[in-house]
Amino acid sequence: MIGIAQTLRLALQALIRNRSRSLLTMLGVVIGVAAVIVTVAIGTGAKTSVANQINSLGSNLIVVIPGSVQTSGARTGNGGASTLTVQDGLAIAKLPGVSAVSPSVNVRAQLVANGQNWQTQVTGVAPTFTTVRSWDVGSGRFFTQNETDTSAKVAVLGQTVVKQLFPDGSDPVGRSVVIRNVPFTVIGTMIAKGQSGAGQDQDDTVLIPYTSALERLTGGTTIGQLMVSAVDGDHIDSVQSQITGLLEQRHQIVAGQPDDFQVRNLQDIAQAASATASILGLLLAAVAAVSLVVGGIGIMNIMLVSVTERTREIGLRVALGARGAAILRQFLIEAVVLSTGGGALGVLIGVAGAAAVAFFAHWPASVSISAILLALAFSAAVGVFFGYWPARKAAALDPIRALRFE
Amino acid sequence: MTPVVQVRDLRKIYPLDGGEDVVALRGVDLTIDPGEFVAVMGPSGSGKSTFMHIVGLLDRPTSGEYRFAGNEVSALGADALADLRSRALGFVFQAYNLLPRTTAIENVELPMVYAGVPAATRRSAAMEALEAVGLAKYAQHQPNQLSGGQQQRVAIARSIVNQPQLILADEPTGALDTASSEDVMALFRRLNEERGMTVMLVTHEPDVAAHARRLVSFRDGHIVSDEPVNERAKEQVIA
Repeated sequence: MIGIAQTLRLALQALIRNRSRSLLTMLGVVIGVAAVIVTVAIGTGAKTSVANQINSLGSNLIVVIPGSVQTSGARTGNGGASTLTVQDGLAIAKLPGVSAVSPSVNVRAQLVANGQNWQTQVTGVAPTFTTVRSWDVGSGRFFTQNETDTSAKVAVLGQTVVKQLFPDGSDPVGRSVVIRNVPFTVIGTMIAKGQSGAGQDQDDTVLIPYTSALERLTGGTTIGQLMVSAVDGDHIDSVQSQITGLLEQRHQIVAGQPDDFQVRNLQDIAQAASATASILGLLLAAVAAVSLVVGGIGIMNIMLVSVTERTREIGLRVALGARGAAILRQFLIEAVVLSTGGGALGVLIGVAGAAAVAFFAHWPASVSISAILLALAFSAAVGVFFGYWPARKAAALDPIRALRFE
Repeated sequence: MTPVVQVRDLRKIYPLDGGEDVVALRGVDLTIDPGEFVAVMGPSGSGKSTFMHIVGLLDRPTSGEYRFAGNEVSALGADALADLRSRALGFVFQAYNLLPRTTAIENVELPMVYAGVPAATRRSAAMEALEAVGLAKYAQHQPNQLSGGQQQRVAIARSIVNQPQLILADEPTGALDTASSEDVMALFRRLNEERGMTVMLVTHEPDVAAHARRLVSFRDGHIVSDEPVNERAKEQVIA
């Protein structure tokens, strides 16, 4: 009898004797595994990038918008009603599970500053805005609660507005911006946020205290929406239903009547988007897995050829006292060494490929350890599966005929 | 003394699909004692190759008895036969059958690998066997770096490395020129005379058979003659 370690040595000797053929045989698995690693990395990257975009909207963000109103039978869309008030926001802020609330008053207005002019979205918000939207100040500072309480004429500019109004690169902080003929002092700028998930330029905005927006620009008391930040993502559903209950009570909505507001959270959107990304990733991985299977069939082909080519060698080994099981094991181990060797090489190439994709395409392609282990395990399984038939053929050879084989 | 090989009424029939069966052996009786050097001769189809395969435990008889070193082996399973081959038998083939791109010493080690001999013991036993055939300094050569005669001597070293009870040689000089043939046959004689190794040799060349001490002739599946090799004929052939 002959041990596994010894059989492994015999198999390695046989593979090294046919170095170039062994390498060519591996090639299919190398390409298959590399493809799996790269596509899984790209798929993971897509998911990460979707998650990042969703997170960039604000952590655990819940948005309350006014519902639709019906005037003489004509219904406006959602947001058409003017039912949300600052007091609603203050009430919501007192709910447990809510960490911060910022109202949002939206006005499109023409801006004039530095001899330039630009139409943009003027958003009246509370000082909690930076927390609620996870958006930091780039230079200068954000406005304070005191400035909000006094409806101060201060503004914080988004980067797109900075570029449009101060193309000369001069520092906007401390300068004056005229919004609808009201002069505001620029006290800070936001860091660049990029596009939203819907493709909007989030940096094309000016942030001012919501009190200033209501008193100096819109002249009303109703607000466009309430942005609510939950303490953590796990309780977002219960916070959402608490807000619904509170507002129904405050707005005196009779049971059975439609609400005059809507509460939405971003997790639903996030889940849908990441599910899409997962499906995309799975699809890519499935295509790559097919190439891995094709690589396995390549191994089987070469092993079958090899069994025929080495008929005399097999006959000799049997004559010298190799049991059928020893021959079977040797050929099986040869196939598994080829496939896992190819797998390991494929992992190296795949990791390098994923790094190249990340570098050149600025795509967060990250290779996970589990993907590497899975690819290695799968390639070993490919070796066993596709190596078994040729190995059994080798073990079943009649030694007398095998020795005479030309 | 227990005979190495003892066969009684050995028969081998190859069934053919849709045709008549081919009868290769029609009742063979033969005994080979330890230390004998037997040449088996006969024309093609005489059954001598089939006989050698059965004696070499590569094939099983259809009927009859075969005692190898006193044990009945004609009903053993494939694994038991493989184990017996690795421990008790040495093979030399016409085509040498050395593993290509493998050094001489590794080739000689191969039977011990399958017999489960530890690596360190294998190395020294293989080296001794190569010394016995006079090729110690070629241990690290590969078959394609050796002449035909040298390759066959490596094969002989491989056949004796396990101290087998019987060496079977199938046309060992069939692929060699006259001088190399003489070398190889002299080597067999030395192994037989000096080490007392039992050798059974299949050949169709009378001057090769003349090196043996006993000559068995096959025809149509029977043994037709079994006699000591004439000493005078032997001298003539060798001289």
